Amino acid sequence: MTTTETERATAPATYVGKPVDRVDGRAKVTGEARFAAEHHYPDLAHAALVHAAVARARITAIDTAAARAVPGVIDVLTHENAPAMKPPPKFSPLDLSTFVSATSVNYLATDEVHWNGQPVAVVVAETPEAARHAATLVRPVYQELPAVLDFAAEEPNAVPQKGNLLQESEADKGDAEAALKTAPVTVDLRFTTPPYHHNALEPHATTAVWDGDRLTVHEGTQNIAWLRKHLATRFGVPERGVRVLAPYVGGGFGGKAMVWAGTLLAVLAARAVGRPVRLALSRAAVYHTVGGRTPSTQRVALGADADGRLTAIVHTSVSRTGRIGGMPEPVTAATRHLYAAPNIHLRQHVVELDLLANTAMRAPGEAIGTFAIESAMDELAWELGLDPVELRLRNEPERNPVDGKRFSRRLLREAYALGAERFGWRDRDPRAGATRDGRWLVGMGVATAYHPTLMLPANVSVRLGADGRVVVRCGLQEMGMGAATVQAQIAADELGVPLESVRVEYGDSSLPDAPGAGGSVQTASIAGGVVAACDKLKRMVRRLGRGAPGTYAEILARAGRDHVTAEVKANMPVFMIRTLLERRRLVKAACGVHFCEVRVDRDTGEIRVSRWLGVFDVGRIVNAKTAASQLRGGIVMGLGMALSEETLVDPRTGRIMNPSLADYHVPVHADVPHIDVHYLDEPDPTMPLGLVGIGEVSIAGVAAAVANAVRHATGVRVLDLPITLDKVLPG
Amino acid sequence: MRVNGAEEKLDVEPWVSLADLLRDRLGLTGVKKGCDQGACGACTVLADGTRINSCLALAVQYDGKEITTIEGVAPHPLQEAFVRHDGLQCGYCTPGQICSAIGMLAEHAASGADPAALDEAEIRERMSGNLCRCGAYNGIVDAIKDVTR
Ligand code: FES
Ligand code: FES
Repeated sequence: MTTTETERATAPATYVGKPVDRVDGRAKVTGEARFAAEHHYPDLAHAALVHAAVARARITAIDTAAARAVPGVIDVLTHENAPAMKPPPKFSPLDLSTFVSATSVNYLATDEVHWNGQPVAVVVAETPEAARHAATLVRPVYQELPAVLDFAAEEPNAVPQKGNLLQESEADKGDAEAALKTAPVTVDLRFTTPPYHHNALEPHATTAVWDGDRLTVHEGTQNIAWLRKHLATRFGVPERGVRVLAPYVGGGFGGKAMVWAGTLLAVLAARAVGRPVRLALSRAAVYHTVGGRTPSTQRVALGADADGRLTAIVHTSVSRTGRIGGMPEPVTAATRHLYAAPNIHLRQHVVELDLLANTAMRAPGEAIGTFAIESAMDELAWELGLDPVELRLRNEPERNPVDGKRFSRRLLREAYALGAERFGWRDRDPRAGATRDGRWLVGMGVATAYHPTLMLPANVSVRLGADGRVVVRCGLQEMGMGAATVQAQIAADELGVPLESVRVEYGDSSLPDAPGAGGSVQTASIAGGVVAACDKLKRMVRRLGRGAPGTYAEILARAGRDHVTAEVKANMPVFMIRTLLERRRLVKAACGVHFCEVRVDRDTGEIRVSRWLGVFDVGRIVNAKTAASQLRGGIVMGLGMALSEETLVDPRTGRIMNPSLADYHVPVHADVPHIDVHYLDEPDPTMPLGLVGIGEVSIAGVAAAVANAVRHATGVRVLDLPITLDKVLPG
Repeated sequence: MRVNGAEEKLDVEPWVSLADLLRDRLGLTGVKKGCDQGACGACTVLADGTRINSCLALAVQYDGKEITTIEGVAPHPLQEAFVRHDGLQCGYCTPGQICSAIGMLAEHAASGADPAALDEAEIRERMSGNLCRCGAYNGIVDAIKDVTR
């Protein structure tokens, strides 16, 4: 931590902290905002995918004659005729861009089928209708191979999950199993969570345009810079000739962080037919080619003394990846940080299945892990006859429970106090099933939210014109977080200029490289770059002015300059070493608490969420309006996870059975009550401007808060998400 | 067909959906497509003032009708209210939400129902065909309430 950062964090600000309207709001409410599938080129051709209908196989023949005969079809690409791409690079910590290889499959370069839904052909046609129709006429012949598909059946064969530099996979402190045996009060529960899909409302789409060796790609991506590098590698062209444009991204939530088949095949098809190609995936194609969240089974066992002080915490998990790739989900990650106990045992296991690679979805690990630990804490409170808020306060740690590291900042006590007061928690009747309102059983639940804080370095340039206009240039990606808005606020304050004079250019790989939007890293990372670039700019202007007073415009005019530009470039190795050193002694996070009220229909078991309040300890808030939206968004997604969402995978065929928004139920208007959001607004002393990322924290704990409220309303503890009405009806 | 006030003479195959016609052939990309099967509301437009899912409508069925997309509603007080109440994040559902809200308010007025009956719960119920995966529902409802005051 440096002193300048602390001073800044407490200095008066003009725009930082204000609920400013988002700068791209107008473009979005007028329909001017163009997304990846909405760029027109003369001669644009349209592509559609053909998906494998079996889980594991070799393709022995593929008949494309009928498809080719459809009027308007330009070409049908299969493994027999497609130009080859280079294989996807394996992950290497020395080149973080290798992280975006979503699977190890080299599409259309192999006769192997690795999952049910894998693209095995691409049809290119003059119209989207012709492409879609022709795609249904392609006939692959398969020689089927045995496939391992059933997550529940494979659970006993799970192997220990590997950790990495930033994420340990397991923890042991004392002897938790022995402590459990002697604890006066215990709970020992088994939880299950289903697969989920992101379902960003904009389905993945790519418009690819080749000009010789130069490539332009319009793509809804969370990772502009890494996508550019990946495409350059796969297509064997210089990176500087590849341009990725993503000024608007219609939601991502992790689903647009990696490079999936559709992107690659659009670029491949454009090269093959020598025309610009658009591949706009159907909703079903998104399910079949873009990974989702792993299912999990979890065990949480807690031991406590009669006063409710924890003596043992056990949290173990099994999740899955694909045999062809996927991210092992850190399911027990939050449990490393939540509660003090002398004995802790954490383990994560994984099974590999012949399914599409899973991937990160909003708060991977914490979202489903907190369902288990926070439900178990609630159940322990019932066993003890203790208020669940009080139980949490009694076990609130002073230092990080597994290793004694210091917290950079931790205000969960304050969050609980404020939340309980605002929500009217103490007024409730604590008995289960005792509160009724007509046919409704009413219950209240509480749970903790937690998400780790990470940062990556960003390159930023700031240009100050003689006319007083400021342009911040950074290849950040905006998928609704309000990223450009908050960076404009920060730059305006740093330079002391009106917000209206600042423009942020983003969403273009020809701008200075920024980290991807994922892991809640973007806002703070780029803020660090913006602050540094503004500092440098001010120094440059001071030098130009030789210490004489004057406004920026006057100084530039006197020096005969039309503009001044300051650039900052990240030094990745130095940054990584600093990060790793800091992580040896410090734990940083965003955290919060959820309070909710649910109503359960006595006869039908229908569950309605009627009230919600969250209090968040998420560092300094730059924009209370966009921050509230983001926190609410996580809660809404958590409501879906708790009550209605579930991807159904046929364990015999590996086929997703509900790949549509009609059959996979995301929350609608009527499912979402007013969500009251409060912040503690306490800067994190170790972060630029005191900011921490807020994109993911609020989904953590939501499912547990709902489950706990259902338990209070009905007396039924549901351990298996989603909490559908059949699970709460008696018998 | 009249689209946003302008006469359009078009020759389309019978299988082309209204959404694809508007997006691909007329360049009205304010019409979004989230599912192409009537499940998300992103493609909502107004046909003679009534809200419809244009992905479920065949273009030829709307011969002679007046179609209004988000490009044709401006300036509408709802647009400004959406920005002020932050009833959007990624913005992909937004044109559909706004068109749907305009249609919904007209339906409600035409039914002769008491404007005061259009409370939050009623707005939510009537807007439930328009999904927002970013979860901007609170802001959307606030924006709609705001323009009805
Ligand atoms: S795109 Fe028409 S309802 Fe979803
Ligand atoms: S704003 Fe992203 S789906 Fe509604």
